[in-house]
Amino acid sequence: MMDFLAAAIRIATPLLLAALGGILSERAGVFAVGLEGMMLAGAFAAAVTAWAADNFAAGILASIAGGALVGVMVAIVTVRMRADNMVTGLAVNILVAGLTSFLARSAGQGGRPASIHLTPLAAWPIPGLSDLPILGPLLFDHPPLTYLAIVACVLMTLFLGRTQIGLTLRATGENPEAVFASGGNPKLVRMLAVIACGGIAGLGGAVLTLQQVGTFTDNMTGGRGYLALASLIVGRWTPVGAAAACLVFGAADAFGLRMQTFGLPASSYVLQMAPYLIALLVLASLGRATRLPASIGRPLD
Amino acid sequence: MVPLLEMRGIVRTFGAVRANDGIDLDVAAGRIVGLLGENGSGKSTLMKLLFGMLPPDSGTIIFKGRELSGHRPAEAMLAGLAMIHQHFMLIEAMSVVDNVMLGWPAAGKLLRRAAVANQIRGASARFGLDLDPDAKVANLPLGRRQRVEILKAILRGADLLILDEPTSNLAPAEVAGLLTILRRLREEGRGIVFITHKLPEVLDVCDEVVVLRAGRVAGRAPVAGVSRAALAEMMVGRDTTHAHSPDPRPPGAVRLAVRGLRGPGLAGVEFDLHAGEILGVAGVDGNGQIELADTLAGLRRGEGSIVLNGQEIARASVAARMQAGLAYLPADRAQTSLVRAMTIAENFGLRDHAGFLLHPAARTAHAKELMTAYDVRAPGPQTVAARLSGGNAQKIVVGRELDRAPSVVIAHQAAWGLDPGATRFVLDRVVDLRNRGAAVLYISSELEEVLAIGDRVAVLSGGRFAGILSRDKIDLGQIGLWMAGQA
Ligand SMILES: Nc1ncnc2c1ncn2[C@@H]1O[C@H](COP(=O)(O)OP(=O)(O)O)[C@@H](O)[C@H]1O
Ligand SMILES: [Mg+2]
Repeated sequence: MMDFLAAAIRIATPLLLAALGGILSERAGVFAVGLEGMMLAGAFAAAVTAWAADNFAAGILASIAGGALVGVMVAIVTVRMRADNMVTGLAVNILVAGLTSFLARSAGQGGRPASIHLTPLAAWPIPGLSDLPILGPLLFDHPPLTYLAIVACVLMTLFLGRTQIGLTLRATGENPEAVFASGGNPKLVRMLAVIACGGIAGLGGAVLTLQQVGTFTDNMTGGRGYLALASLIVGRWTPVGAAAACLVFGAADAFGLRMQTFGLPASSYVLQMAPYLIALLVLASLGRATRLPASIGRPLD
Repeated sequence: MVPLLEMRGIVRTFGAVRANDGIDLDVAAGRIVGLLGENGSGKSTLMKLLFGMLPPDSGTIIFKGRELSGHRPAEAMLAGLAMIHQHFMLIEAMSVVDNVMLGWPAAGKLLRRAAVANQIRGASARFGLDLDPDAKVANLPLGRRQRVEILKAILRGADLLILDEPTSNLAPAEVAGLLTILRRLREEGRGIVFITHKLPEVLDVCDEVVVLRAGRVAGRAPVAGVSRAALAEMMVGRDTTHAHSPDPRPPGAVRLAVRGLRGPGLAGVEFDLHAGEILGVAGVDGNGQIELADTLAGLRRGEGSIVLNGQEIARASVAARMQAGLAYLPADRAQTSLVRAMTIAENFGLRDHAGFLLHPAARTAHAKELMTAYDVRAPGPQTVAARLSGGNAQKIVVGRELDRAPSVVIAHQAAWGLDPGATRFVLDRVVDLRNRGAAVLYISSELEEVLAIGDRVAVLSGGRFAGILSRDKIDLGQIGLWMAGQA
């Protein structure tokens, strides 16, 4: 059971990071449809850099840069050029999928993707704490990026609730005119929020390549960006709420994996659908009960 | 004593409109200056220039002995100005304390929420604001939201508060509360500019009053020595000699008889409208203008009787009223009257319900004729309506509605936002129609317009006609008092 929950937490890690990024973007008033592309760019940059430099830290930094670069693109097109958020996000996702597949091949030979083999980051049990009963294996026996995601979740909560910048960011998603009237620059706030969203979601992508799989394959995010988007909506745009939603989806995924190892007569494809089905059901049951940031998606003059 | 604020020779134009035409304004510390004037007289523009929301064309602003120029709202606030906008600048989904902290450096980069909440409680008690720092703004009534804005100004240490029509959305008890708060602010030595059209409020709370008319100062006086009638006359002015004044003619038969019209915003409107007559309806916006126009046109339901050409239509559909000879020029033409994504020809054709098939060639030809007749300046009938200037868009609506030779026309703010040439054109078409025997109800918050073309002038106040005067008996003092809600 403990194993199962710990696995759920590890699976939820990339989702949580992406969702935290998405919260920044949406709270500032820009729909975070581009999370998928930001994650994928981060996953690619992390794998290639860590492999070429033979250094995980470089890979992690590269994932932030890669995701942020996609964020810059989204920020310019949606905030400065006032384009539709949805269409822009979808276009960016498709663009990044094509671009990373192409770049993986140009780094390899003979039209085949570069063969990248990394040993996934191992668990770093925290001395003293990891031996605690129950809490130890659950919280203190994880690979490094999972700790990072948990810390990021706490920091994000404090940032949004307790800092002037966080307050301004939330106000920008609600009533940008009021932010302007109180001396702020809502356009700049939105641009920076979207770029930060890209960086954090890119980090989520690095979890996939550096911590879970150890290589980059085409389109390897496989919809996790959209699942992260669903989590932040289900979690009502709060870091803790999104973390809870990510855990539920992570548990569904872990459950599916369990079933496969037990050799249940269900197709592995059906089992992989589990988290998405649950996401759909939860979203449908929330219905219109969720309240979007009041000015989300509305371009600024 | 050095004044807190000196504005000198302020000029600001919007195209051909001289919204501010050389205005001087002084405010001393510890004084409340009433800025009085009709709609469109330039009050809001003057305050936007002061607060740095718009740049002036010329003129100087000296605040606390320092010249302000090229400033933006952020700098104005730092200098010690605060503006309470007509539309509040609040985040409804957040609490009072979050709204106060937003953009306020003293709240700290790491927010000191508890300390600010205490400051709010203190200020709230001192000024009688009665605000709970943790209340969500969305749950507060309008009067309380306004106090949140005032609270923000107080805590930021504003020396001069600008309130643009702060009482227009308030219930009477809330108005009294606001005036009390303003007196306390005055006692503390802050200066206040209080914009209103309501004479009783000016006389009640202001120390001096400056009256604007058509972008100029029409008069200024200490409140102590001024009479209500004198203020009313300064506000509306004497100059009513407009070019479009129609020739007097005896009125014809009753075309529209309205009795006891009630509903939200309407408190028993009664009048008769005769063939060949324009009944101008003056009044301050928000006294039932939209409700009256929409109810007569059938867009809203009201109680009471509306008899059009001898036929009771109070329960009739919009289409039936149109059939019976009614035409409507609504104020929000972009919303109600035009399909912005369609071409001029299609918009002209919107009322032609005869037949099932469209006849594009005939329609285009007809649209061309109307464009000439109503002076619509656009490349051609296939131009999309969204491309047109406000004046040309309004001419399409006017052309479409008046071309059907209606027997009764309800026009609301028909010339709103138009330049003088287009205004003149629209008014002339309305007078033409009246000369051909139509009955026109001309509702406008521009008193000059109403006085210029009305055969009779009614004043709408508090959802009913405070009185009706015929053209030869116009008494501006009386009209001013009616407009100000003084029966
Ligand atoms: N942004 C603008 N663009 C064009 N005309 C404007 C603008 N703002 C104000 N005006 C015009 O300037 C005049 C003065 O308007 P305003 O200052 O709002 O008057 P008030 O506040 O006294 O009702 C009006 O004729 C109005 O139509
Ligand atoms: Mg105004």
